[in-house]
Amino acid sequence: MNDATATAAPAPAAPESPTAATLHRMRRHKGFMIGAGILAVMVLVGLLAPLLAPHDPYLQSLAKRRIPPIWHAWFYGSPRATTLHLLGTDQLGRDYLSRMLYGARISLAIGLSTALISAVIGTALGMLAGYFRGHVDAVVSFLISARLCVPLILVALTVVALVGSSLMTLILVLGLLLWDRFAVITRTATMQLANADFVLASRAAGSSWLRILASEIFPNLANAWIVVLTLEMANAIVIEAALSFLGLGVQAPLPSWGLMLAEGRNDMFFNPWIIAIPGAALFALVLAINLLGDGLRDVTAPEGRGGALA
Amino acid sequence: MARYLVQRLLLALGVIVFVSALTFALTEATVDPALAVAGEGATEEAIQQIRRQYGFDRPLVERYLGWLGGIASGDLGESYRMRRPVADIIGEHLPVTLKLGFLSLAFAILVAIPLGVLAAVRQNTWIDRFALSVSVIGQALPNFLFALLLIIVFGVNLRWLPISGSGTWQHFVMPTIALGYYAMPALMRLTRSGMIEALEADYVRTALAKGLSPGTVVFRHALQNAILPVVSLGAVQFGFMLGGSVIIEVVFGLNGLGYLARESIRRADLPVVQSIVLLISFFYVVLILLADVLNGLLDPRIRSTGA
Amino acid sequence: MLDVANLSVTIAGRGGAIRPVRDLSFSVARGETFCIVGESGCGKSMTSLALMGLLPRAAARSATRLALDGTDLRSLPRRAMADIRGNRMAMIFQEPMTSLNPVHTIGSQLREVWYRHRGRNRAAGEARALWLLDRVGMSSPRERLAQYPHELSGGLRQRVMIAMALMCEPALLIADEPTTALDVTIQAQILSLLRSLQDELGLAMIFITHDLGVVSRIADRVAVMYAGRIVETAATADIFRRPAHPYTRGLLECIPVPGRIARRQPLPAIPGQVPSPAQDIAGCAFANRCDQVRDACATARPPEAGVAAGHLVQCVLYGQAGSELSCPS
Repeated sequence: MNDATATAAPAPAAPESPTAATLHRMRRHKGFMIGAGILAVMVLVGLLAPLLAPHDPYLQSLAKRRIPPIWHAWFYGSPRATTLHLLGTDQLGRDYLSRMLYGARISLAIGLSTALISAVIGTALGMLAGYFRGHVDAVVSFLISARLCVPLILVALTVVALVGSSLMTLILVLGLLLWDRFAVITRTATMQLANADFVLASRAAGSSWLRILASEIFPNLANAWIVVLTLEMANAIVIEAALSFLGLGVQAPLPSWGLMLAEGRNDMFFNPWIIAIPGAALFALVLAINLLGDGLRDVTAPEGRGGALA
Repeated sequence: MARYLVQRLLLALGVIVFVSALTFALTEATVDPALAVAGEGATEEAIQQIRRQYGFDRPLVERYLGWLGGIASGDLGESYRMRRPVADIIGEHLPVTLKLGFLSLAFAILVAIPLGVLAAVRQNTWIDRFALSVSVIGQALPNFLFALLLIIVFGVNLRWLPISGSGTWQHFVMPTIALGYYAMPALMRLTRSGMIEALEADYVRTALAKGLSPGTVVFRHALQNAILPVVSLGAVQFGFMLGGSVIIEVVFGLNGLGYLARESIRRADLPVVQSIVLLISFFYVVLILLADVLNGLLDPRIRSTGA
Repeated sequence: MLDVANLSVTIAGRGGAIRPVRDLSFSVARGETFCIVGESGCGKSMTSLALMGLLPRAAARSATRLALDGTDLRSLPRRAMADIRGNRMAMIFQEPMTSLNPVHTIGSQLREVWYRHRGRNRAAGEARALWLLDRVGMSSPRERLAQYPHELSGGLRQRVMIAMALMCEPALLIADEPTTALDVTIQAQILSLLRSLQDELGLAMIFITHDLGVVSRIADRVAVMYAGRIVETAATADIFRRPAHPYTRGLLECIPVPGRIARRQPLPAIPGQVPSPAQDIAGCAFANRCDQVRDACATARPPEAGVAAGHLVQCVLYGQAGSELSCPS
């Protein structure tokens, strides 16, 4: 009669490595896959912009100003729309598609480098505070409070305007302003981990604090860290677009999407597509990064699941 | 409680001094204020004259302390461009920004809380998915882009609302929505997760066992617990809105603090810029403090340990 | 008073249905304490939630009879069921620390029950609350009304929970492990309080516990539950003196007795594990752990047999009259 219960018990699942399990969850997470897909396309487009762009993004042509995108030929019978300029041309007759492709480079470059700079600053501060506590923690906590009380857009605007806006300035300014979330999460995680058995063991074995932080503690907070990295990347891209839109970010003639929105603003009543195209691209990129980040969080921390598209 | 509050206040004061010093140093170090006052094309002599007259030849620290001392007595200095006290100029622009901030916060809360509650009560239904989609889209759509969309749809195509200015209440409708919706997703998600947690709590089961109606259980028992962190977040978000309103004010031509800030930044009108940054930082500090105090006031557990 | 026949709870899940409660039948009389005893996971708590109509959304209840004082609870609309909860039947829970709402005062949580079932009369609700707080043994009841749950200890909070359950003079009180989370001394106080309240108010009480020591102190009748079923029902004295089901005997042997510890005998435990509520077992659910298992146990569910007046057991050992085995003492 013991057989009856034995056969009813489910067969144990085949042992699966944690990495394989995570990969499996990633593939099944719709939001993650959509986000990763869009982002992969954007990255490719950005990298290959010189090859993909049909025209020189800076080449102006007064004769070819404001050619509408190709679908105006299909739906509205516009005689000017042409396959030569699939997305049309802007106020100065520059090919919109080419500018969009180069614009992807700028957004991604700013997003990634800014996020990396703030990641380095925030992680270093957070780990030091969490590991050494005491005075170090007091100083870092003060810096975090101070950072949280800096009106981000205003200060970024001011600095970029006064120092002079270049891509490098923009990246440095945003990198120096967006580290707070990294610091907060690494600080708490380090505090929790600093008393974990494996850290104590490593300390007892005589490892230096730098080594403990780098090889014992950091790998254990990498998951949360990557999620914050995606969030800050999206954040940086939006702020860059906003600053450029206000005319104090990326400067003409560089093709930043935010700048294209600003340039198209006066035209938008007559040619809505002129802001719809960069607007849609910006939205898609930020959405993709956010979906990727949410997905990563769900996938690496299976207990707290449930994204919008999970 | 008193000791804790004093500590927090001192810390807040330290933060403000630190941030203002940083702003002051950064702005004064990158721009020659004398040049900024004199304007383009001024002779070297005139610039030297201004430098002496305004005291720009004094060391940076001395000037900072002088500025700080002035602030303590209510004097924010004088605008280089408008030749008027900064305090007066800010006083003229602040009401529009405050109004916009309050309206936006109200909008965000009025949408976020009902939506969050509904999403939690009807978890995993279409309304939950709708709420989450709204929040995902909301977080991905930069507010100036959303503002442009609103203008095209409601201002230009439908002609329902004015697209620029601050004369009537209609002028505030689109700016309020554009600024408020950006704070909405975070508030909504926090309400939803708090409600889901509360609805599974033992005290909700007790309330049901008392025979209370679903409405009473959801609003009186679950929501009053779930709302505590939302209130704090709302206070902090209000600060972000004041700081972030610059872009919305520019798009809608609202002559508020943000608009003033951008104009002053463009013209290197340093006293105005420094004062606005200081003021916004001050608001942040106060609001973060307020968030803490509110939490203590609303949560009996914290309230009594502090007493 | 309370009459239950063939009560089952089914939880639909992806991996098939789970049935934590299966074909429960029992009745509780006015003034009686009916104990349901069993290990954790045997379906005790699900039973109490099913009686109250508080099952989680995914769970469904079925019964051929479920009546409180002649009211059929099975077909009652939601609203009418809520009218009964907290009014004619009330419940207290295992975790006094988390069962009271932290943001409302004791007084408002007590009055709320009164308002719901007796109308919005603050004076009347407050008077009743004061009387009950005093009755459950709380000092200075008037100050208590203004206090918040976190200001009270676990024992006091459980007293508040009891007062809250009694606000509208229910006929039936369901107590789900009300003393498990408390210290032993507090536990004894709460038990004697429940006992005296019951005598005074003529309450019928369903007392759910895993602790046979508690059973011996409070119960009039006992039902032993195993894997979602009642395997034995008897008067309290009978259960302790003449346990019939091998599972009941096993449970009784697991109680530490001072003499046994002195003789340094190891505490016996029932070997094996409780089958999962997802499994459907053709025979007796206890068969895989039973030391007196027969071939018949695997094939068919044992019939219910009476071993004495009011003493029912579901075990093949008692299938036919006269086949009763002598109990090992």
